[in-house]
This record gives sequence, C-alpha cells and structure tokens, in this order.
Amino acid sequence: MSTEQETIEEFTNSEYKWGFTSDLDTELAPKGLNEDTVRFISAQKNEPEFLLEWRLKAFRYWQDMQEPKWPNVKYAEIDFQDAYYYAAPKEQKKLNSLDEVDPKIRETFDKLGISLDEQKRLSGVAVDAVIDSVSVATTFKDELIKQGIIFSSFSEAVHEHPELIKKYLGSVVPYTDNFYAALNSAVFSDGSFCFVPKGVRCPMELSTYFRINAANTGQFERTLIVVEEGAHVSYLEGCTAPMRDENQLHAAVVEIVAHKDGEVKYSTVQNWYPGDENGKGGIYHFVTKRGICHENAKISWTQGETGSAITWKYPSVILKGDNSIGEFYSVALTNNFQQADTGTKMVHLGKNTKSTIISKGISAGKSQNSYRGLVRVAKNADKARNFSQCDSLLIGDRCGAHTFPYLEIHNKNARIEHEATTTKIGEDQIFYCNQRGIDTETAIGLIVNGYCKEVFRELPMEFAVEAQKLLEVSLEGSVG
Amino acid sequence: MKKVKINREEQIKWYLSDFARFAERLNGGSQSTLHGTRKQAIKQFSKLGFPTTRDEDWKYTSVDSLLAERFNLSTAASNVSDSFIKPLMFEKSAENTLVFINGHYSEALSNLQLNIPGLVVSSLAAAAEKHSELVSRYLGRYADCEAQAFVALNTGFVLDGLFIYVPDNISVEQSVHVIHLADPDAGPFISHPRSLVVIGKNSELKLTESYHSKGDGSYFNNAVSEFVVDENARLDHVKIQEESEAAFHVSYTQFQQERHSVISTVNVDLGGSLVRNNLHVLLNDENCETHLMGYYMGRGRQLIDNHTFVDHAMPNCFSNELYKGILDDKAQGVFNGRILVRQDAQKTNALQSNKSLLLTDDAVVNAKPQLEIFADDVKCTHGATIGQLDEEALFYLRARGISEEMAGAMLRHAFVADVLQSVKDEDVRERLDAKIIERFTLAKKTNTNCE
Repeated sequence: MSTEQETIEEFTNSEYKWGFTSDLDTELAPKGLNEDTVRFISAQKNEPEFLLEWRLKAFRYWQDMQEPKWPNVKYAEIDFQDAYYYAAPKEQKKLNSLDEVDPKIRETFDKLGISLDEQKRLSGVAVDAVIDSVSVATTFKDELIKQGIIFSSFSEAVHEHPELIKKYLGSVVPYTDNFYAALNSAVFSDGSFCFVPKGVRCPMELSTYFRINAANTGQFERTLIVVEEGAHVSYLEGCTAPMRDENQLHAAVVEIVAHKDGEVKYSTVQNWYPGDENGKGGIYHFVTKRGICHENAKISWTQGETGSAITWKYPSVILKGDNSIGEFYSVALTNNFQQADTGTKMVHLGKNTKSTIISKGISAGKSQNSYRGLVRVAKNADKARNFSQCDSLLIGDRCGAHTFPYLEIHNKNARIEHEATTTKIGEDQIFYCNQRGIDTETAIGLIVNGYCKEVFRELPMEFAVEAQKLLEVSLEGSVG
Repeated sequence: MKKVKINREEQIKWYLSDFARFAERLNGGSQSTLHGTRKQAIKQFSKLGFPTTRDEDWKYTSVDSLLAERFNLSTAASNVSDSFIKPLMFEKSAENTLVFINGHYSEALSNLQLNIPGLVVSSLAAAAEKHSELVSRYLGRYADCEAQAFVALNTGFVLDGLFIYVPDNISVEQSVHVIHLADPDAGPFISHPRSLVVIGKNSELKLTESYHSKGDGSYFNNAVSEFVVDENARLDHVKIQEESEAAFHVSYTQFQQERHSVISTVNVDLGGSLVRNNLHVLLNDENCETHLMGYYMGRGRQLIDNHTFVDHAMPNCFSNELYKGILDDKAQGVFNGRILVRQDAQKTNALQSNKSLLLTDDAVVNAKPQLEIFADDVKCTHGATIGQLDEEALFYLRARGISEEMAGAMLRHAFVADVLQSVKDEDVRERLDAKIIERFTLAKKTNTNCE
C-alpha cells in the first residue's frame, strides 16, 4: 500500500471513539441550540465578524424551517435541543495492545487487509511511529504551496484567506437551501478548504485525511473546493475502515465551484457505523453536496455508500456554463436495517451541457434503498444531454429497492434518457460459481462487484480496491 | 395568464352548498343507503380539501385554474340533436351505444340492442333501482375515497353514470360504446359521471368510452370509474378524451384484477385545458396480466397529467405499460408511473416506458417513473426518454422530396403507432388514427432541427 494511503489511515485514528471512555474535562458548549451556542462556537474559533453574522443569519432562518419529511426513510424524531454542538478536540485514552480493541472491528480490519501496524494506529493503540505521518503530510503541503494550492482546515482558511471564504461560502449551497444546510451553516465546526489557482493541475490526490489539524471535524463538517480557470483537482473524502462515532446526527455541507475549464473529481467512501444487526444505533447521515460548473467545466461525483443507519444525500451539479459536464457514479449498499435515500440532481442551465448518472443500489437484509434523482433542463439549455441508469439489486426477500427519478424538461432540444432495472442475483450465476468451487457468499461478493464495476472504475485506484473489499464485508451474513 | 386570487375555503364551501342543494332535489332518494355513502364522502372531501402543488402527487399540476371558476351542478341532460351524436358512434357498436349528456343518461339518444340473459348494460341511476343489490355490492368499494379529494367529491354527488354487469361465463362479442357529451351552452357546469363495470368469471367485455364536447365552452368533468375483473375474465378498454380545450377533466379509474384475468386499456388524451388521469391497477391475485397504454397530445396551454399506479400485490403477475406524448406550443405533460411490488409478489414482471416529444421550447415535460420494490425475485424495468424527432430520419424523407411538414407529420405518426396498434377494435383505431393525423397536419410548424 502506498505511503499516501498509510498517511490517510494514520489520520483517521482520532475518529475511533468506540469503546473508549471519553474525557469529561473537554470543553463543551452548553447543551442545546440557541444564538448563544452559535456565538460560542464562533468565539471559540476566533472567527471574523462576517462569519458570525452569516452563522446567525443561518440560525435565524433555520428556526423557521420544518424538518423535511419527504425522504423515503423512517426514524425517530430528532431532538435538536438535546445535543452538544461544540466539543473541543479530545485526547483519547491510549490502549496498550490490540487485544483491547473490539474484536468485531479487528475482524473487519483483517478482512479489509489492513496491516497490523495500521490496525494499531487506527484503533488508537500506542505504537512506535513507523512512518512519521506529520512530516509526510508537511512534505505534501510544501509541494502544494509551491503550486499555489491552498489546502487547509476550514478554520485555518477563515483566518488566512478570509476574502476567499467570504466570496465563496454559501455561494453554491446558501444557508436558505434546506433544513440541514441551514443547521450546518449555523453551527458547523470545521471542515476542509481547497483552492486551486488558475491553470494548475493538482499533482496529487487530495484527501481529507492528510490534512493537519483536522483531527476533529465534528458532526457538522463544511467543505469548500474552488478551482479557478483551467485548474484540476481530485479530492477524496472518507475512509473505507469502519467509523464509529458517538454523534448520531451528521449534517455536512460540501460546496464545489469549478470555474471555466476547471475540473473537480470528488470521491467519497462512506462507512459510518450503520447500527447493529437489529437496527439499534447507527449514524444519521444527512448531507448536502452541490457543485456549480461554469463554462466547459466538469464536476464528477463518485460515491460508495455502505455505512450509516440512514443516508440522505444528493450530490448535485448545476451546469451553469455552456458545454459543462456533470457526472454522478454511485454505489449504495444497505444491509440489516439500514435505510438510504440517495441520488443526484443535475440542473442543466447552459447550452450543450451533458450529464451522466450511474447509480447502483444494493439492498440486503431488511434494508430500504431508494434512488431519488432530478434531471432538470431549463428553457435555454439547448442541446442538453442526459443519460441516467439506475439499477437495483435485491438480496433476500425482506428488503426494498425504490426508484424515484424526476425529469423536468423545458427545452425541445434536450435528449434525456432514463432507465432503471430491478433484479436479484441470478441463481444460474451463483450455480455457475458454486460449480467451480466458489462458495455462495464469495460468489455473491464477486457478482456484486461485477455489478458495481462501472462505478468503481471511476474511483482512484487504492480507493477502488478497498471499496470492493468493503462491499464484500458489508454483504456478510446477507446470504442464507 | 391572469393571476386570480383563489380562496380554497370559499371553493370548498361552494361545493358543500352545491351538495346541500343536490340533496334537496333528491326527494325520497335522500333516505337511501346510497345517500349515506354520499354524505360520508362529502364529509371526507371537506376534510381533504383540494390538493396543492405541495402535495407530492400534485407537484406539477396546479388546480388553481380549476378553482378560479365556479361551476353549477348539471341537473339533467340537455337537448342535443341526434345528428350531432350519429357521427360520434362507431359503425360496429352503433347498436350498443350509451349516450350521456352532461353526465346524465339520455335514453332517447342511446341505442341498446344487446340481449344476453343476465347481462346488464344500463345507466347507473336505473341500475340502482332495478339491481340495487348488485350496485351496492360493488359501488364505491374500489375507488379510494379516503385519500383522493376528487373521488370523494364524485362519490358525494354520485347519481348517474354507466353500469355494466357481465355474469359468469359470458363473452360479449359486440363491443359497447359509451359517449359522454358535454354541452356547456347553458354556462359552465360540473358533472360527476360514475362508471361501474363488473365482469364475472370467464367472461369477456370490450368497452370504448369517449368524451366529447359540443362547442368550446368551459366545464368540469370529474369522472370516477371502477372496474372489477373476476377470475379468468378479460377486458378490452379504450378511453378517448376529446373534451373542449377550455374544459377540465379529472378522472380516477380503478381496475381490480382477480386470478388469471387480463386487461388491456388504452387511454388517449387530445382535449381539455387541465387534464388529470389517475389510473390504478390492483393485481389482486396470481397470474394476472395488465397492458396499460397511453397517448397524450397537448397544444396551446393544455396541461395533461397522467398518474398511473400498478400495484403488484400477488406473485406471478405481468404488467406492461407504455405512455407516449407529443407536446406542442406551451403545453405541459406530466407523467407519473408508479409500480409497487409488494413483499408477496414474487416472480413479478413489470415493464414501464414513457416517451415524450417536445416540439417547442415552451412545452414542458415532467416525468417521474417510480419503482417501489419489496420482493426480490422480480424483473422490473422502467425507462423514460425525452427528445425530438430523429434528424437523420427527417433528412432521409426530405431527400426523397417529402416536404418538411409532411416528413415531420409522418415521423410523429410513426412515434405513436405502437400505442395505436394496441387498440384492437378496428373502427376505433381507424377513427383515432385519422384524428391524430389531422392534428399533425394542422400543426403550423414542424419544429425540427433542420433549419
């Protein structure tokens, strides 16, 4: 595995809170949400006036909003006043050996093929540093700075580049956008900021996990990516190793601005704690992700969603400029009692705009998996082209797969194609594998991976390999 | 378009006062059990109110234009001359034709020669008296009064309409034609036609319904139809909607299918300013087969909304759905095709396809094909395409000396051919074909990319 990847893993360690006693001396904002909480968060981060104002505006707007009920998911009412909205980064207790780690997590590590050293680091066991990750990350950072690329935590960017934040924050996802975007705007804790200047091609894949100071991104993450004219970046978010977190609600916002001829490739693998086999616990993952494409620009979303009790996420592209391109590749897998309502929105505003949607949904166990997507072609979007393919695979007879595509076409030159299929894994396919000595569980893993190939192809190499293994692990126990 | 301020409360009150007047006119009829159903339905209607675009099911269709007008309840069939009805009839079914004027059965204009023992083909009002036991056994059992405001409204005013009862083991050879003619000369009216068709075990029925208008005035047809297709029975159904382009047409049709039954329904929408068709099919037992076809053609400011819902409740059923539309000028088309496969419905095979052609930049299509699958051993697909005529095909025709106009018309005609071909009755198919061609050649422009 590349050093890059190892560094990625290194920085995930602080997220594994499961099984550790949390330090009670950490600095917490008082429970509940009011203007004082917002001010407290802003003050803690020593934010400039404009940002506080913006947060407060968002908060006031949020107060008048209703929680959305339209997604095809069911969950208990969330009490927004019964939660902490700010916690300073905590020191966590070090474990002495791997034996103290939850055996289930260890088992998963083994299956994902994570080396012993990494396993130790991932689970917060004290180890001698094999690789000095901090220095590696610094080397990366130096190289980026040389090219004029800014890649830092959001709080850092607020202080170092307030003019950029002021210009772009909320420009794609305004705080008025939806309930959770407004909530995030009011109380976001931290996140990432990435800026690629004109004509620069980012020499490496940027990942949230080798960013310094990102240890505690918290539950309300905010990401802002801006590429200037002709610039290019590939950005990775998330990690394939199982993530445990004590916060149940995660409402993140991701904004992408791609200027003329710019290109952004955004890849996510999401594997938050999905709850146990009986549907207890698990993360609520309510995310707003949107990018705007100016002339000739391209934004591509690739996602692998396997975690979270509830996923509610629609990475979108606004194709504002002529000839711009939007892509969405997704694999969403739900097992046990997981529920996912995910898809995309492609809004064609410019002429000759193109979008492609490939969505593969896999439901197993007692889970519910929905694709919900919008393709909108505005009146002036001449010759807009869209191709959507949404396939669902059902494993077991207690799960559900649903498709809700919305096509709103206002232009006669648009060519829109949508197709969806729902099937189960063919018995003949499994039989064929069995015949060749492959057991049913492995066979299903094989078939599912083949089914998802179109999407995995779009993921960066290492990610793709891990995502495949992850699918196999997540599907475990869905047979028989 | 002028913006009219709409007071929904006022409108609901108006319909309720309409109901009070209606009940008074019923005289003795207000004591019947049927009237109990009416009262209950109207209560439900007042609770539901009219849908708004905030309702997911009415997201793209605003009923504001409908609520901006005030309609009077039509009380009786007006006088329409025989010569007006004659051309609407089909040669082969001329002897089995029922005519309804403004929702009321006109015995004088109808022609019923069918004479099969046990078979009942009559107006609902007459059947409610003569076959009250049959009517009350089926009426209102299938259409969803609870959640659908327009069904509740129709049920509140249920009085006249179509009633067909085919007993077991009867195959009705001749096809039955039902003409709904609107005559809005006396001012905007509302009618609530209700159809109830019951086909017994191993029986067969061919039915064509057509909606026409005399003149181009405004009126509101709020139709509800219930079809019960029993074991091993067959239904061939065609509905042609050719209302005036100032009219409102809201229909709700429920098909209830039992074991081994086969239905085929073709729904053609040509008229109406605001059209909303709800078509629900419940595959209530194993081995049912459903063919659902639709064609809609909008021009001017027409809004044509087709909501179909195929409910696969039981295993081993097959459904095939194809809806096609052509939208010109500032017309809007809405298609919402929902397929639900319930947990028990293993081995379901459900297909759906929706294709639309947009002829102008002001025309709009909103499509929402929707699959909800709860069983794993199924094959379900849906597809939706929106586009325009094939440039190459057009070029091919032009190269052979065919005018642009004609070439466009030919291609559009070819586009609808597969829907039309599913109309089995030759008479009906030819008439529809001629009508559609007429509309094509009438179109001023061809709107192609070959400028």
